[in-house]
Amino acid sequence: MAEIVIRNLRKEFGAFTAVQGSTFTIRDGEFFMLLGPSGCGKTTTLRMIAGLELPTSGEILIDGEDVSQRPASQRDIAMVFQMFALYPHMNVRKNISYPLVSQGVPKAQVHAKVAEVARILGITDILDKPVGGLSGGDRQRVALGRAIVRNPKAFMMDEPLGALDAEFREHMSEELRALHDRMGATTVYVTHDQLEAMQMGDKIVVMNHGVVEQFGKPQDIYDHPATMFVADFIGSPSMNMLRFEGSFRRGDRSVILGDTPIATPEILDNASPRPLVLGVRPEHVSLTDGGAYRGQILATEYLGTTQIVTLAAPHGTIKVRAPASQIARVGEAVGLDFRASTVAIFDAGTGRAFATAANAGVHHG
Amino acid sequence: MAEVSLDGLSKSFGATKALQAVSMTIPDGAFVVLLGPTGAGKTTTLRLIAGLETPDAGDIHIGGASVLRDTPAQRDVAMVFQQYSLYPHLTVRENLAFPLRSPMIAMPEDQIAKQVEKVAEVLRIPHKLDGKATQLSGGEMQRVSIGRALVRNPRIYLMDEPLSSLDAKLRADLRIELKRIHAELSATFLYVTHDQIEAMTMATHVGVLDAGRLVQFGTPRTIYEDPVSTYVASRLGQPRMTLLPADAFGNARAGATRIGLRPENIVLGQGQPATVRRVERLGDQTRLHLTMGPHEIITLADAHTPLGPGDAVEIRPENPLWFDASGDRIR
Repeated sequence: MAEIVIRNLRKEFGAFTAVQGSTFTIRDGEFFMLLGPSGCGKTTTLRMIAGLELPTSGEILIDGEDVSQRPASQRDIAMVFQMFALYPHMNVRKNISYPLVSQGVPKAQVHAKVAEVARILGITDILDKPVGGLSGGDRQRVALGRAIVRNPKAFMMDEPLGALDAEFREHMSEELRALHDRMGATTVYVTHDQLEAMQMGDKIVVMNHGVVEQFGKPQDIYDHPATMFVADFIGSPSMNMLRFEGSFRRGDRSVILGDTPIATPEILDNASPRPLVLGVRPEHVSLTDGGAYRGQILATEYLGTTQIVTLAAPHGTIKVRAPASQIARVGEAVGLDFRASTVAIFDAGTGRAFATAANAGVHHG
Repeated sequence: MAEVSLDGLSKSFGATKALQAVSMTIPDGAFVVLLGPTGAGKTTTLRLIAGLETPDAGDIHIGGASVLRDTPAQRDVAMVFQQYSLYPHLTVRENLAFPLRSPMIAMPEDQIAKQVEKVAEVLRIPHKLDGKATQLSGGEMQRVSIGRALVRNPRIYLMDEPLSSLDAKLRADLRIELKRIHAELSATFLYVTHDQIEAMTMATHVGVLDAGRLVQFGTPRTIYEDPVSTYVASRLGQPRMTLLPADAFGNARAGATRIGLRPENIVLGQGQPATVRRVERLGDQTRLHLTMGPHEIITLADAHTPLGPGDAVEIRPENPLWFDASGDRIR
């Protein structure tokens, strides 16, 4: 059980800065996701929390205690890696017992603890099997068992499902989340898969080039991305980005694309004429017969309940998530209607979202 | 391009029956996706058509003629594997040109150059053409592998999970690219995947394999809306279909042992009491994990539903699917 506070955390490897001054708080019992593309600094951040790397500067507090310069062994944190590192010459029971045996825990206690962990993970019947013949799922459960058995303050997981195929990954992610709900232990989880982050996380930190782009609840990040990077990285298909030249004043409730006014939430910023980007999620655009802003249908993709319609519009490509029953013919020109309350405006130069009545109050990292 | 037909195709590896009497016609110009979990027989089907394996029984026709006695080269098919296989000592350009320089094709060099440029453009790698294959990222290498098939004009393209090693964004882009290429070339594709989104979005026809047998063949819409069994129904749909004992809501269809509910078959706000166990917010959709007595149910709610864990809701089935004891659909 632990609260983890990260303050101005920075890590340099020679001339390369992997993490540039991160600040966020992981509350006790949270399932916390570090999300971003490869090289964004998420794994380095995790390794610093675990004590496998020491920060160049900044602080890591675990339950109020500064552990930033302490070695991993003194932090009481368990790490689960992408490649389940099991001891191939030992059976399941010995693999799970190992962390306790090596700490000199009495035999009877080890036995009881391993039995309990096996029950939680549903692997009691394979305890005496060699790890060699196990399925991917069972290997993963054994690796988890080895982490859980120590009752650590927190779990660090580095893409633990990355090597599994899609169907199985979904199953394991549900299992991991259910396990977390039962145990309530603080978990920090690294992934590059935005859906996995949305699906499992209580909170998400989105990183890019060593910088925290945004920090918050999954739905807030999805609805109100702080930057164009987040808007593009989260969501599938990602947020539509329409580039235009324009300006606005505080209190405005629309912007002009070409010569078409597009309704927005009340804007709380000012901007002199400059390159801007209008952002809108695919499910917040609808196809209409009328509509002043129009596009031509390039492709449709059937998804069962819904379909994705891709259109060429005057300011870029637009993807629309429409009901599968709606008729959309490739080549046809149709009107596009944006749900005003969900529209975001970005500064194309800085990539940051302007404040509006919709995103006010959402933490911007 | 040509029609490909499989007649009673069987193949065993030792005691494992990889494929059991599979018959199917891949119409000229179709994009057929074979869907099924690991071990269903998808890859074996591709390898039999390509001539990399010999069937124990059955026949394969390409363009009306049996190809069982033909070598892989004579069959004139192009195969893309899950694991990219490039010549590491050659540049990207040379890798792409390689199939066109085979003695069976012997394309003039100026034409090869044009063809390679065109395919590089489609795959968005023209700036990488003169680099070594080893300098590419994994995603770029896989695009070059796909490109090596696309430079040719074979009778059928056989693709074995070509996108599975790519990241989500690139996969989404290449899905649309492959679909466009298919339309432009009016080429015939047989494409293997266990990714249901690829199957739904690209296929003209989906073949669902279960332990070596073809259990349903039809348009993506037919497979999704009118599955023949619980097995097929569970292959498509996100979240997946909830399967419960047939009498979970009282009256059951005669002969049914299970009731299948997709989110669109569950009406919220009426019917039997259930409890919200977990709310999963995925951005564009919000999944409700419900408990109804001993049963667990997954359905969708409005993205901003105020419901939270522990809340009570009422649910009622609407046009559910019914299945018998062996998992077959009852209509």
